[in-house]
Amino acid sequence: MSCKTLYDKVWDLHRVRELPSGSTQLFIGLHLIHEVTSPQAFSSLEEKGLNLFCPERTIATVDHIVPTTNQIRPFSDHLAEEMLKKLEENCSKHSIKLFNLGSGNQGIVHVIAPEIGLTQPGMTIACGDSHTSTHGAFGSIAFGIGTSQVRDVFASQTLAMKKLKVRRLSFLGKLKKGVFAKDLILHVIQKLGVKAGVGYAYEFSGPAIENLSMEERMTICNMSIEGGARCGYINPDKKTFDYLEGKDYSPKGKNWDAAVQWWKSLSSDEDAIYDDEVVFDAAQIAPTITWGITPGQAIAIDSLIPKPEALEKSDQQTALEAYKYMNLKPGTSLEGLKIDVCFIGSCTNGRLSDLKKAAEIVKERKVAKGVKAFVVPGSEKVAKEAEKEGLHQIFIKAGFEWRKPGCSMCLAMNPDKLEKDQISASSSNRNFKGRQGSSKGRTLLMSPAMVAAAAVNGSIVDVRKIIN
Amino acid sequence: MTQASFFPFGPIKSVIGKCIYLPGNDIDTDRIIPARFLKCVNFEALGNQVFMDDRKEIDNLHPFDNDNNKNASILIVDKNFGCGSSREHAPQALMRWGIRAIIGQSFAEIFYGNCLSIGIPCVTMSEPNIKSLIYKVNTFKQLLFNIDIQSKKIIAEEDSWPLKIEKESRKMLTSGAWDATSILINGKEKINITMKKIPYLNSFII
Repeated sequence: MSCKTLYDKVWDLHRVRELPSGSTQLFIGLHLIHEVTSPQAFSSLEEKGLNLFCPERTIATVDHIVPTTNQIRPFSDHLAEEMLKKLEENCSKHSIKLFNLGSGNQGIVHVIAPEIGLTQPGMTIACGDSHTSTHGAFGSIAFGIGTSQVRDVFASQTLAMKKLKVRRLSFLGKLKKGVFAKDLILHVIQKLGVKAGVGYAYEFSGPAIENLSMEERMTICNMSIEGGARCGYINPDKKTFDYLEGKDYSPKGKNWDAAVQWWKSLSSDEDAIYDDEVVFDAAQIAPTITWGITPGQAIAIDSLIPKPEALEKSDQQTALEAYKYMNLKPGTSLEGLKIDVCFIGSCTNGRLSDLKKAAEIVKERKVAKGVKAFVVPGSEKVAKEAEKEGLHQIFIKAGFEWRKPGCSMCLAMNPDKLEKDQISASSSNRNFKGRQGSSKGRTLLMSPAMVAAAAVNGSIVDVRKIIN
Repeated sequence: MTQASFFPFGPIKSVIGKCIYLPGNDIDTDRIIPARFLKCVNFEALGNQVFMDDRKEIDNLHPFDNDNNKNASILIVDKNFGCGSSREHAPQALMRWGIRAIIGQSFAEIFYGNCLSIGIPCVTMSEPNIKSLIYKVNTFKQLLFNIDIQSKKIIAEEDSWPLKIEKESRKMLTSGAWDATSILINGKEKINITMKKIPYLNSFII
């Protein structure tokens, strides 16, 4: 009898050999690249006189640096223009498929690969971006890598890796109304901490997870890395197969049947052995929001910012730093906190269902005076679908700006930035100091519905009060 | 900033240098190198930009601006150093500032791997040991420390502290195999055998 996790099965299948150092040479089934972490990898490859081993298994797009207002070339930011040019040159030289601006398939790398069916169960997926864990939502083993490792994948389609342990996070019950996938993952990171996942892959399972749509599952796996876990995954099921059926890169006809049959065999066995297990009750989770400078510094919206003495000793110093940076007082509530900017987008929450949930809140309402609010769809496809459904009109009518796809103010490598110590209600994934483009800027992470609620309210509010 | 006369090359059995201590848990890679500096097609300028915003915003003198730390090549940190983004620009910035090894209580995983792949050993120590090491560093500011990866010790004059390093990393560093590319390429025959077994490359090719 097999007693393997999905992680074990995918790892075993892709294992090439054990290296003299003791690490494993692992085959990478899909390599995704973008303009920020690839140029040095190409240069280094060329310096070594090497070529791409499997150029057909690398797919490129441009996302981090693209402006979301005017995308006419050349970009006004010459550094951004230079980066895209370099990517275009490199892709053309090495015969790599590039989904460029205006191709209809450009967008945030972790949004486009699933939506065109490149991401499939049982694959190993690597990308020079830590949010590659997103693709685990399909039952693939997906993780972020650095630029030297991007070069290694170029040269050999493999990586030297150490096998991770697996922690199963089981979610019983069902999320309550007004509570979303984002709240679930922020809750997990708050409970387990930002370091707990180091050395682990996270398997998300249980009825509350099975109940989620593929897009919601992507939100969960996306933020595994914020809990320290380089990769997170969900066992594939009917929802996974239904999502993939008919996508551009999904297998077709007889191949489809063969694929589904294989995908079904990948789920963790019932008697699989885990290195650790944690059980959560999904019904106990409330809308969750960060108050500090790490994604683990979060609270349920109806509770108070913790006092230092209530925290683990090792977390107290970072908490003191956070109160000061955020200019927030322990023991107070976040509800009513005035906000300056609302950002809906990112690889965490920039998909169609995210925009729909936000649109439901803003419909027939107006963005509060003095608040700058904007929506950045995750991809050209998301933008097109949203526009087809008229979501853009809802946002524009309410006073939001409707932008073009890209990573945008999640990390502010393009012109979308906070100014001075502005407070941002953001559907993105990181609230690190300076993350959104100002060295004093303050970010509060929350679900797209909570961001939308903050936008119309002008301050942080429990979204459940608005929808009820 | 230390002028990096040469970058790591070949087998790395020890790193000898002055230490610089940077306090704080969960120091993320956005802080090590803010995203705006990632707009580059090579890593060359990053050395001057390391911790740029932290250095600007700090109330007192940032360790990376303290003259006492000039020419330091061993960075001492606390817990979960390098969390967040996978940007290799973070270790590249540290390396180009002059850092050649990092001692910490713990490291984020992608950062750790990125350091290894450019020949920067990340070694860990227990909290009491690291405190004792920091005491020594603060007391004798110009003292040279030796991170001996072979014997798994940090040595300074008559003192020594045990260090921990993953056995795979230790082997890769001491044998010079931390630059994995050539080793991975040598496995091409085996890569081809593995590829033949993978269903999505064979039985339902897209």
